[in-house]
Amino acid sequence: MFDSLSDRLEAVFKKLKGQGSLNEKNIRDAMREVRMALLEADVHLDVVKSFIARVREKSLGHEVMGSLTPGQQVIHLVHKELIHVMGGVNERLNLAAQPPVVVLMVGLQGSGKTTTTAKLAKRLIEKERRKPLLASLDVYRPAAMDQLATVGEAVGAKVLPTSVGENPRDIAKRALQSARMGGFDVLLLDTAGRLHVDAELMTELVDVAELVKPTEILLVVDSMTGQDAVNVARSFDEKLNVTGVILTKTDGDARGGAALSVRHVTGKPIKFLGTGETVDGLEPFHPDRVASRILGMGDILSLVENVLEKVDLKETSKLQEKLMTSAAFTLEDFLAQMQQIKKMGPLEELMAMIPGVKQAMKGREAQIDPKHMKRIEAIILSMTPVERRKHQILNASRKKRIAMGSGTSVQEVNQLLKQFVQTQTMMKRLGKLGNKGFMRNFPGLGGGLPGAGLFGGMKPPGMP
Amino acid sequence: MSFFARLKEGLAKTRQLLNTPLEELFIGGKVDEALLEELEDQLVMADFGVETASAIVREAKERLDRKQKKDANAMREALRDTIRAHLEAVEQGVVPSQRVHPWVILVVGVNGVGKTTTIGKLAAFYQSNHEKVLLAAGDTYRAAAVAQLQKWGERCGCLVISQGQDADAASVVHDAFAAARARRYDVLIADTAGRLHTKSNLMEELKKIKRVLGRLDPSAPHETLLVLDGTTGQNAISQVQKFHEAIGITGLVITKLDGTAKGGVVVGLSEKFKLPVRYIGVGEGLEDLRPFDPRQFVEALF
Repeated sequence: MFDSLSDRLEAVFKKLKGQGSLNEKNIRDAMREVRMALLEADVHLDVVKSFIARVREKSLGHEVMGSLTPGQQVIHLVHKELIHVMGGVNERLNLAAQPPVVVLMVGLQGSGKTTTTAKLAKRLIEKERRKPLLASLDVYRPAAMDQLATVGEAVGAKVLPTSVGENPRDIAKRALQSARMGGFDVLLLDTAGRLHVDAELMTELVDVAELVKPTEILLVVDSMTGQDAVNVARSFDEKLNVTGVILTKTDGDARGGAALSVRHVTGKPIKFLGTGETVDGLEPFHPDRVASRILGMGDILSLVENVLEKVDLKETSKLQEKLMTSAAFTLEDFLAQMQQIKKMGPLEELMAMIPGVKQAMKGREAQIDPKHMKRIEAIILSMTPVERRKHQILNASRKKRIAMGSGTSVQEVNQLLKQFVQTQTMMKRLGKLGNKGFMRNFPGLGGGLPGAGLFGGMKPPGMP
Repeated sequence: MSFFARLKEGLAKTRQLLNTPLEELFIGGKVDEALLEELEDQLVMADFGVETASAIVREAKERLDRKQKKDANAMREALRDTIRAHLEAVEQGVVPSQRVHPWVILVVGVNGVGKTTTIGKLAAFYQSNHEKVLLAAGDTYRAAAVAQLQKWGERCGCLVISQGQDADAASVVHDAFAAARARRYDVLIADTAGRLHTKSNLMEELKKIKRVLGRLDPSAPHETLLVLDGTTGQNAISQVQKFHEAIGITGLVITKLDGTAKGGVVVGLSEKFKLPVRYIGVGEGLEDLRPFDPRQFVEALF
């Protein structure tokens, strides 16, 4: 999401390259570009001003360290300051209260409260082993309650039946009661989207908060929000004393300056990032990582975490073993591998996390169509187990049957086979390299990354 | 009260709602660097974007003659004229829906901008103009989106054609068109699922909807409206660009202008892409949709 900002800053620092020291003149030039970049990223003007002032002050008093160029020095300072503005460390959801812990979701219309509520419920169930109750206080938007009921049940959470005839205050009270009686340990309250200047609806929220005493009041903010993010965040915070922020729709190309703005005016931590419409799309917000992303340093930590979370380690190590022992790589393995990759989410997203890839791919957007993967899957699944293990037996008549069975064409089946044979050859070669050189072919993975062995039970280099 | 009378009355309300405290800047001052910088900052804070903001301020200053340069108030007028000129350059009247039956309006946009709400209001607008409106529930992805459109259909008394959750959107629109033609409806408004403009596969789905419509009537869709959230910042440019590339937009709708957001990004982008702003949304009621008026919009800025 932040790529355009990092591009800009990179251009700035290219200009700084080759200059001997940080002086008032080149700092002023750099800061003008930084200001422009931040404004174009929708960071609020006041926030930009104070950010620039602080970085400038720090750069001026700064000795350029022997081993660094002035450009690197400024990148370092901007990076540090970005982390500082965004809050330093990742803050988790506060669940340390007497159950049921009440979490109130608030925000403007269309910021993504309902979707985020379901994602949060899923996270609570799977990661925190909690038993949440969900309830919608949205009596205004048509079918809002149906939406929460549907997405809530989809993640396996209990959703309190509510109706639009009820007062949101009454629903809140009833929900708290139900949560207590039903032995739920978290109560997630989804509320109607409202404008921060709508006095009547803001009062309603204040009343609800008074009644249910939430431990967390999370402000849900669209990452595409412009300068107004500041007004919205300030108003909600003043009225409700927000405890944290969730930034949504970060899988688009918005530069996400709202993150900086909101953090700056409220001082409240951003706790999660919403990525995508599927119920898995919620990530903890790590200021240091996002700052790195802003500066184009990639986000390798998120990648590792993603892999660890979603990849079936047993499955991968089986594959790994095959590779090491040069056993035949079959269509079955091909399928398993693909399914593993699919679990990690859209490939574009994954690749963007690898340092440098974003720049390298500029303009040549990777168009990886999930439907294409689905077709490949269908083709392999239309084969008999024998065929999957021994693709050589596939003759014209078998291919025709497979094409029919998978709703594809013989041409597509052939194409897949060609692709597969290529992969197989590559795998064989890798297998031969085996424990000698495999990891060494990927500098940065083998050497630099702590615990690279975690990648699917891969053996560290040099080990038998 | 007729719908149009209500619209007119509403415009006054819009202006009030959009008002800003920039007044004191112009009182008794003269046009100097400080004022220009302050004006540029104000435009930036209204989401104009740095480039557009400074271009507009520069252009406005050039409109002033030497005498006027001593008068901050003249600068305000010049600034208003400049922005209005930019907006009016691409303005076209709302197309009459009489000629073709059914007149097909396709409504697209990213998630949460207010597509369905806008469709509800648009339907009420046409119905009050004694035109029969049919709605197509093309958002088959988001939970309860079909139910949401159906509620709007009840409110304004329009029939909604749907195939339920997870149906093929293009097929829903196809059916709705066939129904609209067979039953002689005047207007067909098609809802679509919200989608981020960066997801190429979802943009392909939109292209398919457009293709299917074009097969039924080569001139359809007669209007393709992109709905933009008024609180969106510079990302709106990327949204317009990607949607325009994919299916060809004919007009913009700016929603949620009843808050404190100014929607200034629209000034630069409507000019860049030669797209008129057709409507603005200023609330959640059936009547809270107004034809876009550059004059009102500009006066609301400062």
